[in-house]
Amino acid sequence: MSRTVDSSTGGRAADAGDAAPEVTTTGAAEAPEVAAGPRAYWTLKRIAIAAAVALFVAWLATKAAGDLRQFAVVTLNGLTLAGLYFVVASGFTLIFGLMRVVNMAHGSLYLLGGYIALKLQESWFREDQGISLSLSGASDAQYGLLGWIVPIIVATALIGVIGVLLQQIFLRWNQGQDLRQALITIALSVIFADQMLAAFGGISQRVSPPASWPTSILLPGDVRFGFFRGVVVLAAAVLIGIALWVVIKRTRFGKIVRAGVDDRDMVSALGINVQLVFAGAFLIGAMLAGFGGVLGGTMISLQPGQDTAFLLNSLIVVIIGGMGSLGGAAIGALALGLVDSYADVYLIFGGADLTNYSVLVTFALLVAVLAVRPLGLFGRPA
Amino acid sequence: MTGASNRRTGWVALAVLVAVAALAPLPASDFFVSVILTKTLWLGMAAASLIFLAAYGGMVSLAQVGIFAVAGMAFANLVAADGGSPAAWNPWLAAVVALVLATVVGLGFGAISARSEGIYFLMITLAFSVLVYFFFLQVTQLSGFGGVNNVDLPGVIGNPSQDPVPLYYVTLVASVLVFLALRGISRTPFGLALQGVRDEPARMRALGFDVTRHRMLAFGLAALVAAVAGVLSVWYNQRISPGSISLATTIDVLIIAVIGGLYRLEGAWVGALVFALIDNYSRGYTPTIGDVLGPERFNTLIGIVFLVIVLASPGGLVGLWEQVSDRVRRRRRGPPTGDVKSVPLRGEG
Repeated sequence: MSRTVDSSTGGRAADAGDAAPEVTTTGAAEAPEVAAGPRAYWTLKRIAIAAAVALFVAWLATKAAGDLRQFAVVTLNGLTLAGLYFVVASGFTLIFGLMRVVNMAHGSLYLLGGYIALKLQESWFREDQGISLSLSGASDAQYGLLGWIVPIIVATALIGVIGVLLQQIFLRWNQGQDLRQALITIALSVIFADQMLAAFGGISQRVSPPASWPTSILLPGDVRFGFFRGVVVLAAAVLIGIALWVVIKRTRFGKIVRAGVDDRDMVSALGINVQLVFAGAFLIGAMLAGFGGVLGGTMISLQPGQDTAFLLNSLIVVIIGGMGSLGGAAIGALALGLVDSYADVYLIFGGADLTNYSVLVTFALLVAVLAVRPLGLFGRPA
Repeated sequence: MTGASNRRTGWVALAVLVAVAALAPLPASDFFVSVILTKTLWLGMAAASLIFLAAYGGMVSLAQVGIFAVAGMAFANLVAADGGSPAAWNPWLAAVVALVLATVVGLGFGAISARSEGIYFLMITLAFSVLVYFFFLQVTQLSGFGGVNNVDLPGVIGNPSQDPVPLYYVTLVASVLVFLALRGISRTPFGLALQGVRDEPARMRALGFDVTRHRMLAFGLAALVAAVAGVLSVWYNQRISPGSISLATTIDVLIIAVIGGLYRLEGAWVGALVFALIDNYSRGYTPTIGDVLGPERFNTLIGIVFLVIVLASPGGLVGLWEQVSDRVRRRRRGPPTGDVKSVPLRGEG
């Protein structure tokens, strides 16, 4: 009996810690306030997690000491993945933060954005158009700068429009029923996935980056790294992060969004057209998914199943970072990208190659964060 | 008492249903018994584990297919399919171990997710399910893309592809037992406390109940049910591959549960029957509209059916939605009520 009470009060102490007011949607990476409470700080759980983190760092250190150049490449891989995850997940978290809509079709919007850009690139910029530098007849056609820039802009805009349409048709009239909205977007994702399979086939395809861009760059220390991954994706992620931060922190729209996150009814009562703000947030969120889809389609590939993969990535990023928090999304993306990347390469112990099991490390990351903060690092109760 | 008479009608209805189900193989073809009835029973069981959590615990879990997958994969690996190595386990023993393993995994999932509620819970459990899928997709030692084929089955079942009737009866018995057990548990002190936790977690906490532990135990119980369904699905298919435990399956089970109403256990099997019928007979009737709709596009059809049901919101769903949205609204408005110091008033089963 007494043990029951102990554990329940312990849980409540943690809850109280989570309820401590925290400014989400700030871009600033404030250190998370860990639940102090009346109880000892070093509980068994915390010790276990600290030990696991220490083990992880020690393991990385030994691997890094073995081959520094490889470590640099793997780290860069992780950072670029994190950049892509952030672009996609920031849209997901923006929509959730303001409207409490878990958009399960976010992965579908990501994949559709990539496919639209691919089709545009193939139909508008192939060969006969003067802008492209096509090697006539070659199977992998080359495209000029415009052959990449125009598709990404058009695809992003189109996905934004599709997102707003989905929101207006399916989600606007049942606000507040979050489970129902999640189910609706799940149904939409099923339809999207099947239609994309019919329209674009099951083969893995890629959007071509402009031919004028170098394939790789040479970094100090004689490290070679892909130009698109290392420069374009990272730069795009950082720029988007800054832009979102500025919009959220410095503009009237951002002010309304932040107020809406805190108290939607009050904002509405003050005479602000909340519906317009919601549509705007959905537009931006969907556009980020579409933009991420084109980046991902150029960096990795486009194929059925990528929608699931990026829905999962977005889920994990925002579960780690806390729903609705932009700073949390950045931290979550960083953690997920780096952990994914290290686990894919470094899970080799002596003769045992365990890289297959890398999913377990991702899972462990999720568990570790949820064990300490059930609402994520920057999360707070709905 | 209307309650007592309702209960009596319930028993009679159940007895009649089971009798009809037991006699069904006589008139029905082997195809119908296997592809419609048997599949309905194990799909319904998977959906029942979801509905149990939703109806009595207020938790809409998408992790059920993940647990289903752990059990199925564990069984398939333990009986060492694909040729049958000499070290292969007895199928019954393998089934028991698979159930225990999946239940333990389910308790673990429950321990992690039980502190979150509503939409957070849905997201976390969805992440679990998809992680399990990617795990088996990647780990070639256990499954890999092709999965595990030619699984050995217990002797009683024989070869379902030649005579599906024994497997049908096994699945029927398991379904009835699962249904009775879940309904029985919902009336035990634990089940009543669970329903209290569903409706008023703060008050239950104040009464000294360990809310998190109740949720976790319910999750473990549902995991066992999902695991039974997982093992039966392997017996039915005689194989298991990541394709059969993907997000699509998670969504199928969710669709079944939603068709069934999400708040009544028996709805699970009703939903599964509807699903199996649509699955098999819609292809012949679906009009072909270019690439958009046609026999090939079953998922589009089922997605549209799901969408229509969710949009139209039949009576069965309203209760849960209102409840979930009510709770969310209340938590958004009032101060967090969870901090009240609790006085243990009574113990728990």
